[in-house]
Amino acid sequence: MYRVGIDVGGTNTDAVILKDKTVLAGVKASTTEDVTAGVIEALENVIAASGIDRTAIAAVMIGTTHFTNAVIERRHMDEVAAIRLGLPSGAGLPPMVDWPDDIREIVGNHGYQVKGGYEFDGRILSPLDEDEIVRIAGEIRAKGLKAAAVTCVFSGINDTMELRTRELLHRHCPGVPVVMSKDIGRHGLLARESAAIMNASLLSLADRTVAAFQKALVQAGLTCPFYITQNDGTLMAADVVRAFPVLTFASGPTNSMRGAAFLTGLKDAVVVDVGGTTTDVGSLSHGFPRQASTTVDIGGVKTNFRMPDVFSIGLGGGSLVVKGENGISIGPKSVGYRVRREALCFGGSTLTATDIAVAAGKADVGDRALVRTLDAALVGAAVARIDAMLEACVERSRISSTPVPVIAVGGGSILMPDRIGDLEVVRPENFAVANAVGAAIAQVSGETDRVFSLVDGRTREAALAEAEAEARDKAIAAGAISDTLEVIEREDTPLAYLPGNATRIHVKVVGEMGAYHG
Amino acid sequence: MAETRKLKYDEAALRTLTRDDLEALEIGAGILGTGGGGNPYQGKLLALEALKAGHEMKLLATDAIEPDALCMSIGGIGAPVVGVERIREGREGLRCLRAMEELIRMPVDAIVCEEIGGANSMSPLVTAALGGLPILDCDGMGRAFPEMQMTTFSIYGHSSTPSVMCDLHGNAVIFSHAVSEVWHERMARACVVAQGGGAMLATAPMQAHFVHQFAIPRSYTNAIALGEAVIRARRMQDDPIQAVCDLEGGRRIFNGKITDLKRHLRGGFAVGDLELAGFDGWAGETASVAIQNEFLLFRRNGVVEVTVPDLIVLLDVDTGYPITTEMLRYGQRVAVIAIPCHDLLRSPAALEVVGPAAFGYPDIAFSPLPKAA
Repeated sequence: MYRVGIDVGGTNTDAVILKDKTVLAGVKASTTEDVTAGVIEALENVIAASGIDRTAIAAVMIGTTHFTNAVIERRHMDEVAAIRLGLPSGAGLPPMVDWPDDIREIVGNHGYQVKGGYEFDGRILSPLDEDEIVRIAGEIRAKGLKAAAVTCVFSGINDTMELRTRELLHRHCPGVPVVMSKDIGRHGLLARESAAIMNASLLSLADRTVAAFQKALVQAGLTCPFYITQNDGTLMAADVVRAFPVLTFASGPTNSMRGAAFLTGLKDAVVVDVGGTTTDVGSLSHGFPRQASTTVDIGGVKTNFRMPDVFSIGLGGGSLVVKGENGISIGPKSVGYRVRREALCFGGSTLTATDIAVAAGKADVGDRALVRTLDAALVGAAVARIDAMLEACVERSRISSTPVPVIAVGGGSILMPDRIGDLEVVRPENFAVANAVGAAIAQVSGETDRVFSLVDGRTREAALAEAEAEARDKAIAAGAISDTLEVIEREDTPLAYLPGNATRIHVKVVGEMGAYHG
Repeated sequence: MAETRKLKYDEAALRTLTRDDLEALEIGAGILGTGGGGNPYQGKLLALEALKAGHEMKLLATDAIEPDALCMSIGGIGAPVVGVERIREGREGLRCLRAMEELIRMPVDAIVCEEIGGANSMSPLVTAALGGLPILDCDGMGRAFPEMQMTTFSIYGHSSTPSVMCDLHGNAVIFSHAVSEVWHERMARACVVAQGGGAMLATAPMQAHFVHQFAIPRSYTNAIALGEAVIRARRMQDDPIQAVCDLEGGRRIFNGKITDLKRHLRGGFAVGDLELAGFDGWAGETASVAIQNEFLLFRRNGVVEVTVPDLIVLLDVDTGYPITTEMLRYGQRVAVIAIPCHDLLRSPAALEVVGPAAFGYPDIAFSPLPKAA
């Protein structure tokens, strides 16, 4: 049986076909506005290139930046009700308080604060004001809002009030989807609430997008299940994305790093993904991208998703090479995906980083004769500059002084030298479609992150075991095979300044997806 | 306290703070937090909301107020991890102020900041703004420390009780007398657990002449200037770290990459050790930083070079933004800056409370960093 991985980027839609651990074929097509046409083209081309029988495809895994781009470009977002349960806590900081004005206007600025919530040890902060929820339901109907997001203080400890609020809203404004923050984010109210609101505002786009993927697969004659990759490089069933589009926000860089690990078999490495305009650099540890420890901005809104710790610089195959007073500068301006028209070596009139790589004999694309007249000193200085830029960001991403290999992926990775500082550069086959490979090999995860009260004889070990059991249950519910599950993150942080009875525990497990394994 | 109150200062001496000042203060307070003190972000949001609602934040030099004016110091108490989930109600500080005025049957004339480093820089501004009082340009630490008795006010003999502690529910607790500052800290810490892990605490008012003599002066203007320097350096693509050193009389003592980080818990505090491998002019050297909430000790090649109460500040080597202890991770590239603390923190009485011995290093003597000429 075969697996198909598709990466729907802003510019290109890439597709690969894998048989077990072998990549049979990889292709690139242009992303289209409706998504469908680009996906169909990529699918047809990759099926043709591999020569397989399409009925033998067991599953399709799709990675997409569609929802991230919607937020960044402020498009396709609905007006939603943002309901917070927790008064009197947070009275001074209403929902969306730290959002940029334009995006707050787009989602309608319908923030509500209601009595409710829990304390860190599970006590009730305030009883839930159910009458107020019923009143808000009336406003949702009157305003014709498309969805609601409900966030309760310490819902990670007790989700009863979020569930009860959803029940009331379903009863009093049927048909309006309700997002509960406990399903979306982690500890930290404002960031989790913002993520839940964004998620609610993207629900109809998610619905249309998943339908477009479905249509593309049907038109390509595929009847197998399909999955979408999420931030941590693991999968969710397509229908789940209809409910949780924000969980795909960082899947792009994650997929390319996971793909790089798979293509090389390396578990600990620095991954450099060179595109047309930018280069993303991150560290792999145990085969997974290292996670950022701080909050992450999405379109100017702070969220606390776990995102890969990726460092970007404005250097890519299409970067403009300019000779100035202070020597050669490269990027951040770029011709981007137009490099195949505008670069000198493709007959264009713009000097790009790709031309430098060709002139220096590092790459064999386009027509070398077209860059033969470039001044050798200029080429030498530009190569040195590119190497220095890459070395600086690799150095910044290294986890330890232990030498690790550097994996070069992405369409622009012809810019990479054979060594970066004291590190060896590895160039896997199919480097240009590593992100689609990352999608194809994605696993299923389950995660717990909440504060446990160590009272009534509950030990730290017991709480850790409880958290792990929860995470495993979630993974199995998401489609993982239980005996393939392994814990990849386990941390507990006792709450400083409080006597030792409360500790925040985070556990994450991953396993193989049932649909294609075994 | 509705009757017209006689002002104890010249209104012309007040400096009104702006949104930009608060943005700069967020960074400056982070730097003076020396790794601890909590994240000022949420406090800044509350302060910005108070400005938006039309309240004004007026800063006043400590020597610009009459000596007998009553100044009330205030700060947050509790677990930062709780505070990011169960956000403050916003008027806890104002309720502390009103309860204190009722308790002592006298109006308070000005608000004082307990701790300029970290999150506690912001809440006194909100209290002062909501209460219509000026905030004095000073604080009780000049940086961040983990416990209440570590203020210059306590060190130099001010008894912090009676104090008032208010939570977001509306509860107010009065500690009428503590036999020592450590007892006060201990009782308040127990009470804050009952109150849900976070509260505001206002201590017994001081007369302005005491504050003038024993507070760390100009801490707000310093912190704001620090933040402005970082923002300006980033905009002009200058070196933000040099800008911080120039302002604070500090010096860059190391550029290094984090090669190891051990964390554990001791007596309710997050403690740890950080190992650094040098680069740039420090290639081949190693350094380590001992942590208990804040950065406590800096060692180069195993030899102690800087200790509390002098400030050990870690900044992101590229952006100049402060790095708090919870943000530390393997591989990060940091600049270490040493800033001499104020003389008020260097007396024998102060070193007993905030010197290395107070943090569990009885064998390490404080050797003060030289001050810039």
